[in-house]
Amino acid sequence: MRPFTTHEGLVAPLDRANVDTDAIIPKQFLKSIKRTGFGPYLFDEWRYLDHGEPGMDCARRPKNPAFVLNQPRYEGATILLARENFGCGSSREHAPWALADYGFRALIAPSFADIFYNNCFKNGLLPIVLPAAAVDDLFRQVEATPGYRLVIDLPTQTVRRPDGLVLAFEIDAFRKECLLNGWDEIGLTLRHADEIRAFEARHREAYPWLFA
Amino acid sequence: MPKTLYDKLWDSHVVRTEADGTALIYIDRHLVHEVTSPQAFEGLRLAGRKPWRATSIVATADHNTPTDHWERGIDDPISREQVETLDANIRQFGALAYYPFRDPRQGIVHVIGPENGATLPGMTVVCGDSHTSTHGAFACLAHGIGTSEVEHVLATQCLLQKKSKNMLIRLEGVASPGVYAKDLILAVIGRIGTAGGTGYAIEFAGEAISALSMEGRMTVCNMAIEAGARAGMVAVDDKTIEYLRDKPFAPKGELWERALAYWRTLVSDADAHFDALVSLDASTIKPQVTWGTSPEMVTDIEGVVPDPSSFKDPVKREGAMRALAYMGLAPGTRIVDISIDQVFIGSCTNSRIEDLRAAAAVVKGRKKAASVKRVLVVPGSGQVKRQAEAEGLHRIFLEAGFEWREPGCSMCLAMNADRLEPGERCASTSNRNFEGRQGAGGRTHLVSPAMAAAAAIAGHFVDVREFVG
Ligand code: SF4
Repeated sequence: MRPFTTHEGLVAPLDRANVDTDAIIPKQFLKSIKRTGFGPYLFDEWRYLDHGEPGMDCARRPKNPAFVLNQPRYEGATILLARENFGCGSSREHAPWALADYGFRALIAPSFADIFYNNCFKNGLLPIVLPAAAVDDLFRQVEATPGYRLVIDLPTQTVRRPDGLVLAFEIDAFRKECLLNGWDEIGLTLRHADEIRAFEARHREAYPWLFA
Repeated sequence: MPKTLYDKLWDSHVVRTEADGTALIYIDRHLVHEVTSPQAFEGLRLAGRKPWRATSIVATADHNTPTDHWERGIDDPISREQVETLDANIRQFGALAYYPFRDPRQGIVHVIGPENGATLPGMTVVCGDSHTSTHGAFACLAHGIGTSEVEHVLATQCLLQKKSKNMLIRLEGVASPGVYAKDLILAVIGRIGTAGGTGYAIEFAGEAISALSMEGRMTVCNMAIEAGARAGMVAVDDKTIEYLRDKPFAPKGELWERALAYWRTLVSDADAHFDALVSLDASTIKPQVTWGTSPEMVTDIEGVVPDPSSFKDPVKREGAMRALAYMGLAPGTRIVDISIDQVFIGSCTNSRIEDLRAAAAVVKGRKKAASVKRVLVVPGSGQVKRQAEAEGLHRIFLEAGFEWREPGCSMCLAMNADRLEPGERCASTSNRNFEGRQGAGGRTHLVSPAMAAAAAIAGHFVDVREFVG
């Protein structure tokens, strides 16, 4: 996994609540058996005027000029500013894959859906929860300031605004460690293989029907 | 210390805990389907790893499979590749059971687990699908996981998790005839919102939950995720046990007795602590219909489409405006005046035998409205289909002009050929009314199977209590 330490990037604002995983990547794109290549189809139904299907050449498709990511000022954005309950809906990891493949490295919102939040960490994508008032403020600033950039510093758990204001965020120590080092969680867990085996033996003893 | 059901399930599966509270949880049952597993098996292969315990795996193909003309196979080459990839992965790595496309026991992953007794009380159950919460009806700790986690569980039999908080939702009183499990859970979501359960494991209890069949409890737990909770659950009682008796993978003989003694303990202790309590009076709940593009945008059949300006919260107001524009609805429209183009009876929320019986009871001797283009009835599994046919339910549907299909996810998410055309409006028994969920531009109203059946006959939403009263 790609490590995440500090990141400075252009911010794009997606001003709607409850953005669900079907909106992030519509289901016709879930038929792929790969992990990559979803970026061009991110927010497909909002981003393009035609109906997208896997394999289409997105460079030739008519773009919806009203959609925020299509506005030239947000081209190359790597930080997505979003509203509450971002990523609700399915457990499909295609949503963080698509966001990461598009080029996003961090997401900022007042809240994220649980499973989606979890899935982000597995893909080097940092979801940052900030208080609703701070997010509101960021929306105002981003919209008022072309070229608005933020600096995210994971070791100190802070987001620095261009005006120098520093916003602190919370993150689990374990997830932070994994993200900073780009660790493979499976490898980490398998270091405890003996403990798992011992647990399994006790579990089998207590509930033998689970192993029948 | 007194424990909640969730505390008990959690405690009995912790392998180890990190200093920050992240725990390694042992997984008893791993349900696998074709959409979220290919990248996980691929990862396993690339790392040269093997499944830790292949006999924990129960797999099926359901999301992509067609629901008619099975003799023709799968037309869409991309869907076919995904289904064949699952076939090959199970062949290579093994499983306790695999119900591939066209197998008589194939079906929606959340329907086949319980009906085969592969979901048992006290288990941890995971699947790369958010509606895994369904299995919580059997006092399991069951939740959806992403593909990286599918790979993690395959390789280690464990999942990294932080414990959730406990929420108790009590549904007191008795629901009136014509009000079903689906109405109860939609009313709950209407009350607490789609993020109301975020960070919690929800236990559903109270008289109205006890009165539900196992099928009804599965419907309720299924949509716990739509209330923001990863897991929903119901304590063990006699119904749980009767349902599981003699199921293929349920323990038998002496093991059954031992299991029973343990299962009986899978209830929250009398004075267990819950971090949040919600209480609803089920006797006041009326048949529910969603009007928007989020399950919390719901009202009852006597209601009207709300005026977005009535929402104080600007984000909610904006959301309602957008939803009404997408849904093509004007504020103040009476729900009973909304006419529909299609009806979908199916999905892991409402495709079990009891759901089909409830729909058939409304349909019997009646005909689909001429204005309704298509009514799809999609049983949840091959077993449900055969049971329904043995009871003659399929004839009731066919005589009414409905279509009787092969099992699968179908128009719940429209990954196969079953979908809405842009602008079409559907009464659907599924769980998500998101934009484009049932086809690009399609408009979904979530309802119970009986309400969907009644709408098919009337051509618009009607109060099903008039049919069953
Ligand atoms: S029926 Fe719908 S919600 Fe259930 S597993 Fe299939 S696609 Fe998911």
